[in-house]
Amino acid sequence: MKALLPVLIVTAAIACIPFLGASNVTLNFLIVALLIALAGQGWNILGGYGGQYSFGHAAFFGTGAYVNAILQVRYGVNAWLGFVAGIAAGALVGAIIGSLAFRSGLKGSYFALVTLAFAEVLRIVASVTPITGAGVGTLIKLDLRPEAFQFQSRAVFFWIILVLVSVSLLIAAWLEQTRFGAWLTAIRENEDSARALGVDVFSVKLRAMILSAAITASAGCFYAQYFLFVDSTIAFGSWISVEALLGPIVGGSGTVLGPLVGALVVRVLGEAAKLVAGDAPGIDLAIYGAALVGVVAFAPHGIVGLATSLSARLRSRRSEAMAGSVRHG
Amino acid sequence: MAEPLLRVDQVSQHFGGLRAVDSASFDVEAQSITALIGPNGAGKTTLFSIISGFQTPTQGHIYFASQNITGRAPHLLARQGLARTFQIVQPFVGLSVRDNIAIGAYLRHRPREQAMATANEIAERLGLGRYLDRPAGTLTVGTRKRLELARALATSPRLLLLDEVMAGLNPSEVRDLLPAIRAIRDQGTTILLIEHVMQAVMTLSDRIFVLAEGKIIASGRPESIVDNAQVIEAYLGEGAALEYGKSGRAS
Repeated sequence: MKALLPVLIVTAAIACIPFLGASNVTLNFLIVALLIALAGQGWNILGGYGGQYSFGHAAFFGTGAYVNAILQVRYGVNAWLGFVAGIAAGALVGAIIGSLAFRSGLKGSYFALVTLAFAEVLRIVASVTPITGAGVGTLIKLDLRPEAFQFQSRAVFFWIILVLVSVSLLIAAWLEQTRFGAWLTAIRENEDSARALGVDVFSVKLRAMILSAAITASAGCFYAQYFLFVDSTIAFGSWISVEALLGPIVGGSGTVLGPLVGALVVRVLGEAAKLVAGDAPGIDLAIYGAALVGVVAFAPHGIVGLATSLSARLRSRRSEAMAGSVRHG
Repeated sequence: MAEPLLRVDQVSQHFGGLRAVDSASFDVEAQSITALIGPNGAGKTTLFSIISGFQTPTQGHIYFASQNITGRAPHLLARQGLARTFQIVQPFVGLSVRDNIAIGAYLRHRPREQAMATANEIAERLGLGRYLDRPAGTLTVGTRKRLELARALATSPRLLLLDEVMAGLNPSEVRDLLPAIRAIRDQGTTILLIEHVMQAVMTLSDRIFVLAEGKIIASGRPESIVDNAQVIEAYLGEGAALEYGKSGRAS
């Protein structure tokens, strides 16, 4: 319970923002940032805790987005059911890619490349098959009723994505307290040692991949529901794979709050750059690149890691000072 | 006589044309400390990898508690009670000493509190108590070796394979570790060890097997091994036994 407290405090604080008279622009900005944080938390489960760096989380994001949209548009399925189905489909894709990649023992950059390849294949397939709307994409009909998972007010969307993010934070916090999480971290640190100590490496990795894919797919489902439009570049494009790993790495991979902090920081930087440089194409990407270089060079454990080590150093200095004063006093 | 806990039966391992292990057979009695010694490159570590499931032998079989376990995956063997340490220590460097040991303890204790309590207890037993909160990456070689042992022990094994846990330790560290290893055996865990520190091998072992060029060339109690001409030749080269015998008589 104690471990879950920071998550609840952070969530409660963010939940108050719409009451502070935030404009629609601000809310929209925050919704997108939280969406990225959610996708990033999915990546963090597998990449941050498990050390399996995926470059293709777009595969799960896109599956969630497309399944949710297509079920509604082509089969008249209720939007809430579509949302759940999208998450399940994302988990299934995770299970397929995971069992293929891990069964063949792919690690490190080989795993990264294979996930990237799967996402790219899905993108190309989605851009030509009729069921996805091919090049035109899929448009979800405007229907502003809660039953259709559509709302007049952006604040409601904001709270929904916030709930999703906080569930993902709770999952990460839970992970840190369980045997499954400990085994996953052990695999990140040293796979052979983990095997020697009785860890079923394949099964732990696969389960982490499924959980990770499901979380990122939920971000995709939300995207479709919020923007009411999906096409192959949005769903399976590399932009979301990059955003999903950039947030956790900048914020602190393998930490509960890292993806959220990272997504907010990266997004604020991106917006600030646009304000300064106007709409120069690619300026946000350049900023992301610079942020990544900065973090890798100066804070390899991300912002959260930096904060923890700084506070630890401060505490030890304070206790040293105290010990010193006792000695002198 | 009771069936041995571990039986290695005519095991061979070929790497291309190289016979790293050449139809080696030996067994480990339950509740014993058995040592596997031999010159560098004799195939000891390869044999350990085969027993612990990290490699499947080209030929031969491994029996553990009367079950054929040849080629079974390491994590399944760990669950059955066969644990190993690595010659080149492989700690989870990013984790604390406590978390390192807890990974082993989780195998038998699913709740976190129990795993942590077991980790604390084993750390105390092996003199790692004051390092519990230190990241494993900051430990000295000697302490890392003990951590490696603690982690394997935390899986509550029936058979513990120790691959040179004394190598790189200074004499006083070796002296401290000897009673710890004996205590592990006295609490019911059978031990098979590879070791170059002869002081340790001689004082600890009930039985010694000597491996040279992939073959078991001698076996017996520690006293009988030191006088074995074949063993001396394997270590020091052909004719050495004769020389040693002469000088021995001279002095």
